[in-house]
Amino acid sequence: MQITSPGFKQNARTALDDAPLQRALGNVRKGFIEKRAKAATALPEFDVLRDNARDIKDHVLAHLDLYLEAYAEKVEAAGGHVHWAETADDARRIILQICRDKNARTVTKGKSMITEEIGLNDFLEEHAVAPVETDLGEYIIQLRGEHPSHIIAPAVHVNKDQVEADFRRVHTHLDPARNLEEPTTLLSEARGVLREKYFEADVGITGANFLIAETGTSVIVTNEGNGDLTQNLPKTHVVVASIEKIVPTLDDVSQILRVLARSATGQDMSVYTTFSTGPKRDIDPDGPEDYHVVLLDNGRSSMLGTEFQDMLRCIRCGACMNHCPVYHAVGGHAYGWVYPGPMGAVLTPSLMGVDQSGHLPNASTFCGRCESVCPMRIPLPKMMRHWREREFSRNLTPATARYGLGAWVFFAKRPALYQAATRVAMAVLGRLGRGKGRFSAMPLAGGWTKYRDLPAPEGGTFQAQWAKRRHAA
Amino acid sequence: MTSSAPQDPPHADVQNGGAPGGPRVGLFVTCLVDLFRPSVGFASVKLMEDAGCTVEVPAAQTCCGQPAFNSGDRDDTRAIAASVIRAFEGFDYVVAPSGSCAGMLKKHYVELFEDDPAMKARAEAFSVRVFELVSFLTDVLGVSAVEARFDGTATYHDSCSGLRELGIQSQPRKLLATVDGLELTEMRDSDVCCGFGGTFCVKYPDISNKIVGEKTRTIADTGADLLLAGDLGCLMNMAGKLKREGATIEARHVAEVLAGITNQPAIGGGRR
Repeated sequence: MQITSPGFKQNARTALDDAPLQRALGNVRKGFIEKRAKAATALPEFDVLRDNARDIKDHVLAHLDLYLEAYAEKVEAAGGHVHWAETADDARRIILQICRDKNARTVTKGKSMITEEIGLNDFLEEHAVAPVETDLGEYIIQLRGEHPSHIIAPAVHVNKDQVEADFRRVHTHLDPARNLEEPTTLLSEARGVLREKYFEADVGITGANFLIAETGTSVIVTNEGNGDLTQNLPKTHVVVASIEKIVPTLDDVSQILRVLARSATGQDMSVYTTFSTGPKRDIDPDGPEDYHVVLLDNGRSSMLGTEFQDMLRCIRCGACMNHCPVYHAVGGHAYGWVYPGPMGAVLTPSLMGVDQSGHLPNASTFCGRCESVCPMRIPLPKMMRHWREREFSRNLTPATARYGLGAWVFFAKRPALYQAATRVAMAVLGRLGRGKGRFSAMPLAGGWTKYRDLPAPEGGTFQAQWAKRRHAA
Repeated sequence: MTSSAPQDPPHADVQNGGAPGGPRVGLFVTCLVDLFRPSVGFASVKLMEDAGCTVEVPAAQTCCGQPAFNSGDRDDTRAIAASVIRAFEGFDYVVAPSGSCAGMLKKHYVELFEDDPAMKARAEAFSVRVFELVSFLTDVLGVSAVEARFDGTATYHDSCSGLRELGIQSQPRKLLATVDGLELTEMRDSDVCCGFGGTFCVKYPDISNKIVGEKTRTIADTGADLLLAGDLGCLMNMAGKLKREGATIEARHVAEVLAGITNQPAIGGGRR
């Protein structure tokens, strides 16, 4: 996927002017937040579970090599195949080879952000394999030729009437009189079309929410049941997952699952939680004949041992973006790559380079709401700040900001000079603004006064007045 | 601090000194209060003196260093932090009329000296003495009521750092409930950011504008005639937007109302 994060500012402006998008974003603000809060409050041990979840992942990350090897052994013992992909390109080639070995024409896909990260759909299409997204949201955006704007609600930027128009455009069999105004009618229309695709598919590709080292099991959580049909009906099931998805045991997964859905959608559990271990066994009535796991690194191992390691605890619940005022304002596409919102603002620079995505960790008010809801207790603002530090030390900070900051720092470090200068400046500004009490324009403050007035200073600094008072006392 | 007659200058009733034997407090004025709204500093002094503190204002202070810290300039932040710690050593408490600056002093200074054990120890000893003003009054000094009067309906915005870094939510509401004549009404999403974010609002003005526009809508929906908050940055942002929109609602720092120092024009308001 082409990264457009360098154009974040323009992306944001476009998004702010996009009326249908702004209408759709209203749903993020309303829906997710209340549901999560209700679910979290209803579970007395929620915060303890968050601590446990954090500790489990911290332990895994401290011993990731051991757990990965243990996991791979178990997968192979169960008759599956493990492929190690260092880069996105490696992963794409491995997956294409599996498809070619099976003479696959059509692959069905469960919802997977990793396949977005490696740009799998475009690659398969270029090589004459047709990917079919089976998650409703993913299906909608595939019809629209778009990418997800949210990690768990990929089509959250689209309104119902737009979906109806897309279906009428692509599903040429549709009776014009058919009512498609309700979400349920849209769903059943998509289901009808997809049902055929499940049987046509030669390979089913899913992501994984967890990989369990103890058993060699991959776990997906879904709400539509499409994941199960994707991985059970075709003869070959390919799991594509990044290396930090590992958890040691079934018990660990159970704990993290208790915070995942609550944080994501406010459900106690997702409708389906599906565990897959190896291919179909002789005693199984159905299931895939071949089971492959593609383990993707793509820059993650280089985050280990750095100030960004905590980011690898992320379980992709989306709570951070659901609670982010910047995400609410501009939506996910403005971020310009696969992962939007606060988690994307930390992860994208790690995976794509901060020179490509420097805006992302800067476009945050540091309001801290993301960290306050993160089930894995990832200190997202702190890590965005760490990216700003990297940018600053590499001189990537924009020159105007740098000079402005430098001038301010010069005074801030010299209290006597600072107070002498500000005493005069504030007295003058105070006098200028005295009548109206505010300025509607101000040299060098265009960023502020473009949209808001600048309140005038009262006149005279506190320090100057305090000194005078002390003197008089 | 009962409702004294309007005076000019507004804070002439603030005396230097305070009760002997009470805690000795160093006031960290914050740069915005120092430069834009000294009234908030005098209101802070008055509130603490009325509660029995001796308040001093070290001259060797400018800013908490957040603009540098949040711009990734760690070296300069460290230098500023070290000089703040130096200036405030020896006080029983360090109090700032801002959740954001108090959060910086209390939570982030320690992080800056991970590689310097001596400075880290000083930062830790400093950190436990730092408080935001309203939290200091209520949580430390046990103040449960103020003697002040303000006739009107106010709505209170929870500034992010105070709320999420320092747990300030019930304290200002509790004290405001004891202000004679003041009715408090809650806005929707009072815990949602106003879009200020320090340098964010000038680096990403379009996004900041969208966020503050949502905020002023929820403020206007309350029908209140006064907006209160504990951070001048957020207040200047919200007041600036309200003024640009032509709204009549006034904005003040919560300390002004609690101290009964309200005869100066509201934030962004002209002389009456």
